[in-house]
Amino acid sequence: MMDTATLETRELNCSFGSNPVITDVNFKLRPGERRALIGPNGAGKTTFVNLLTGRLRASSGNVLLNGEDITQLGEVRRIRLGIGRTFQITSLFPKMTVRENVFLAVAECEGIAGKLFRSVFRYRQQFERVDELVHRVGLSDVARVPAQLLPYGRQRLLEIAIALALRPKILLLDEPAAGIPTAESHVILDIIATLPKEIAVLLIDHDMDLVFRFAQQISVLVQGSILVDGAPQDIAADPRVREVYLGDSKHGLPAVA
Amino acid sequence: MKTVSASPIVHATMPSGIIRLLKLLPWLVVAALPLALPGYEPLATQVFVMILFALSLDLLVGYAGIVTLGHAGLFGMGGYTAGILSVHGITDPIVTALYGMIVAAVTGLVFGAAMLRTKGLTLLMLTMASASLLYELANKATGLTGGEDGLQGVSFTPVLGLFPFDFRGKTAFFYSLATLFLVFTLVRALINSPFGWSLRGIRENDARMAAIGCPIMQRRIIAYVISSALAGLAGALQAQTTQFVALYSLSFELSGNILIMLILGGSGRLYGAFVGVPAFMFAQDLLAKQDPANWFLGQGIILIAMVMLAPGGILGIAERAVNAIKTRRGA
Repeated sequence: MMDTATLETRELNCSFGSNPVITDVNFKLRPGERRALIGPNGAGKTTFVNLLTGRLRASSGNVLLNGEDITQLGEVRRIRLGIGRTFQITSLFPKMTVRENVFLAVAECEGIAGKLFRSVFRYRQQFERVDELVHRVGLSDVARVPAQLLPYGRQRLLEIAIALALRPKILLLDEPAAGIPTAESHVILDIIATLPKEIAVLLIDHDMDLVFRFAQQISVLVQGSILVDGAPQDIAADPRVREVYLGDSKHGLPAVA
Repeated sequence: MKTVSASPIVHATMPSGIIRLLKLLPWLVVAALPLALPGYEPLATQVFVMILFALSLDLLVGYAGIVTLGHAGLFGMGGYTAGILSVHGITDPIVTALYGMIVAAVTGLVFGAAMLRTKGLTLLMLTMASASLLYELANKATGLTGGEDGLQGVSFTPVLGLFPFDFRGKTAFFYSLATLFLVFTLVRALINSPFGWSLRGIRENDARMAAIGCPIMQRRIIAYVISSALAGLAGALQAQTTQFVALYSLSFELSGNILIMLILGGSGRLYGAFVGVPAFMFAQDLLAKQDPANWFLGQGIILIAMVMLAPGGILGIAERAVNAIKTRRGA
């Protein structure tokens, strides 16, 4: 199995009823790339992520992984191929502890989750991995606390730990910093920095400060289409992008250097 | 945090051999019951069979998050299988119990594969419908099942060829207690396995489980089949220890009662079945003595009170009490 992967879409379309949400999107995410997807509210960013992960099916067009068409594959199959994600709206196992949350993902990833009789506590190796992941996102002090008792920001970190547990080659982070105080959003970048270099990361976020510190490449999605695609400084300088964001002060783009 | 249990501390200070013996203690006490209360063996046997049945239901309701109002369908399949086999000359208790489990498991697989694509209220209705279907089949097939009169002439050879079913119900008592112990051990292993944890994950957030690559449908069906087999075993035990199979064993009433027993004790807690079944039977006995005609009223009031005031059942109340004492001590 290859350790790296290229995710691509060709003329991708998706519509809900007669409303087109994604129109003719051509997109490419290369191995090791750190790309951000930005765009105003309702541009279709989360829909696009759902099309990439197989949660939603495209109306037409293709999704390709390493050049192979995966448009027809469901979510489970795509996860096995290495497409991991976090959710914009936190989605955890609320009554289970942090360790248990991560264990579920590790168990699925390593193919032991269907084992019927051996006690979980005999899976020492897997629990070592669980603890390593919990440590990596800085949740060791609350490892035995039920997820629902964590403050929202730390729940976001648990989201990331679960996504990482699946050993993704491609990681799609859907607003990972939403709900995390701006002063602490660097934690997300610190975690991304610990990832192997060959993993491709797509970050979707409104926090322009975070986006511009993170991204090597930025795609701007407006009304379901890619408006522009380029390096951060080009995006920041692009008059069309500035127009889209104009008057929307909380999304303020950084001044052109 | 609130939910930290005391058990790791106990484990740290006591050798594991002693812990194991302590865990066996309640079983040994129950096994000694015939000495203290002779004559109560048949009643105790009924309680064991119902606990076993409720335990099989807990796997679905408490762990897999599948609420069913048709679990008696599987209990009855096990009972009728064992009963009908014995009428036709296959009379070994363990062999017929195994057949009962297999038939119930296959029934569970067929119905489960069809029903478990749905969730919530739809699933609840389908489970009810599936059990009613079996009930009506048994009702109509009088040649095979005896219909409304029940299956007569059921009798079994001695357990393991050594212990004949006696009049006072001693064999039935120990046979059902031993079976319950085995099943309890099995269910406990199941819920502590990766499979058991993944069921809890599915119950808590099935969309998220799908997103970490869990084949949800497959897991739910496996849980359903295992639970069906255990319900079938309970049904077979019932047939063997009472030497009779009634239509009641497939009825909606039994499906409902067993669910109430589990909720009363506390679902998803493993020991809920052990508390809920005796509590229900005790309450039923008490209420029926007060007012034989209307004891359902009392049962209904208890159920409403439990659901509104103590959603965790009796064990839930106990847990809260223990936590309250702990926090008071801590403060």
